[in-house]
Amino acid sequence: MLDKTGIAKRIAQEVGDGMYINLGIGIPTLVANYIPSHLHVVLQSENGLLGIGPFPTESKIDPDLINAGKQTITMMPGSALFNSAESFAMIRGGHVDLTILGAMEVSENGDIANWKVPGKMVKGMGGAMDLVASAKHIIVAMQHCSKEGASKLLKKCTLPITGIKCVKRIVSDLAVLDVLPQGGFKLLERAPGISVDQIKNATEGRLEIDGNIPEMQV
Amino acid sequence: MINKVVVGPDEAVHDIFDNATLMLGGFGLCGIPENCISSILKKGTKGLTCISNNAGVDDFGIGLLLKTKQVKKMISSYVGENSEFERQLLSGELEVELIPQGTLAERVRAGGAGIPAFFSPAGVGTEVATGKEMREFNGKTYLLEQWLRADFSIVKAWKGDTAGNLVYKGTARNFNPMMATAGKITIAEVEELVPLGELDPNQIHTPGIYVQRIFQGKNYEKRIEQRTISK
Repeated sequence: MLDKTGIAKRIAQEVGDGMYINLGIGIPTLVANYIPSHLHVVLQSENGLLGIGPFPTESKIDPDLINAGKQTITMMPGSALFNSAESFAMIRGGHVDLTILGAMEVSENGDIANWKVPGKMVKGMGGAMDLVASAKHIIVAMQHCSKEGASKLLKKCTLPITGIKCVKRIVSDLAVLDVLPQGGFKLLERAPGISVDQIKNATEGRLEIDGNIPEMQV
Repeated sequence: MINKVVVGPDEAVHDIFDNATLMLGGFGLCGIPENCISSILKKGTKGLTCISNNAGVDDFGIGLLLKTKQVKKMISSYVGENSEFERQLLSGELEVELIPQGTLAERVRAGGAGIPAFFSPAGVGTEVATGKEMREFNGKTYLLEQWLRADFSIVKAWKGDTAGNLVYKGTARNFNPMMATAGKITIAEVEELVPLGELDPNQIHTPGIYVQRIFQGKNYEKRIEQRTISK
């Protein structure tokens, strides 16, 4: 089973040279730490920056420079700053190559729920609905099951939806799976020490298993 | 040239009336009009509809106006950092309209640009789509979204000149430039107010035509929500 760092490390393997990438809050933010240094990628922050750099040292903290998670950050050489309408123009216009975000539930047709738990959590969708509605490629970082052991890879989402038919790939603590264009999850890789049967038991949605499933390399 | 410079925030917000619709720039606590918020708090204006990406935190930003129940309705994309907000929302004291962030930005931009509506894919198939006209373009479904405009837009910039031209710094730009265009009266507070001719015309983010009042603010706190550092 992968911990959060493990999920982030596995997702980092999906990153290609020259990509423009939007990283969501939580595990997706950690992915930046594991992108191989020989790859040149540009991280987009939807509050108005292309070129997110590492967190600042104490003396370099600038309250006028934060990421979408409101964390203090720095800028890489060659960064660009812009307003929120421009930021979402590049998202909506399909200019961002890869979007990585967290999810509470994903359904077998690629629907995602990650913004609201009725009666409990009313924080708002932020930029998530815009991102999932327009992204060319979406990878979801998530826990395969709830703390109570209920599957979060479902036939149909039970929580309010963030976007429909948009998730392409999932990296969970148990597995790497693709969402098939015709619906259903296709198992690609197992987490270290996890069996195909464990993944089957943890997946409520239709699961396609084709041949021998390799263990992921993290 | 008409004089846009006012003495300070009290004069700038003096005619904001009860039940007015305000736009307030900022993302989180970054780039918020701190001085004007303090003056609205002091003035005690009630029944406000506030269009702002976030709602501040419990004891800063718009959170201050929520505490005193000066806000009737919030129109935002994300309000997660404010427990008083969540309490008022769940108890029904506060009306809230949550809008996808990109749609919010574009609705404000449209308001300033004289475009009454446009189609966006964000929120198709979700509760955001409820009651909205849908149309298909090239096989993909979009929602009809309408412009947003305000009685007063209140923005914060880094530098401004006496003609109302504005320059923002870092990610404190965010919603400020669009909001500056969408208010009947736009109030700009700046860290540094400079004479005409000092700002490079090539580098202006908000042309002065959109700004009716400007002043140099004081005592900016610029609170940080998540102080993250590298060792």
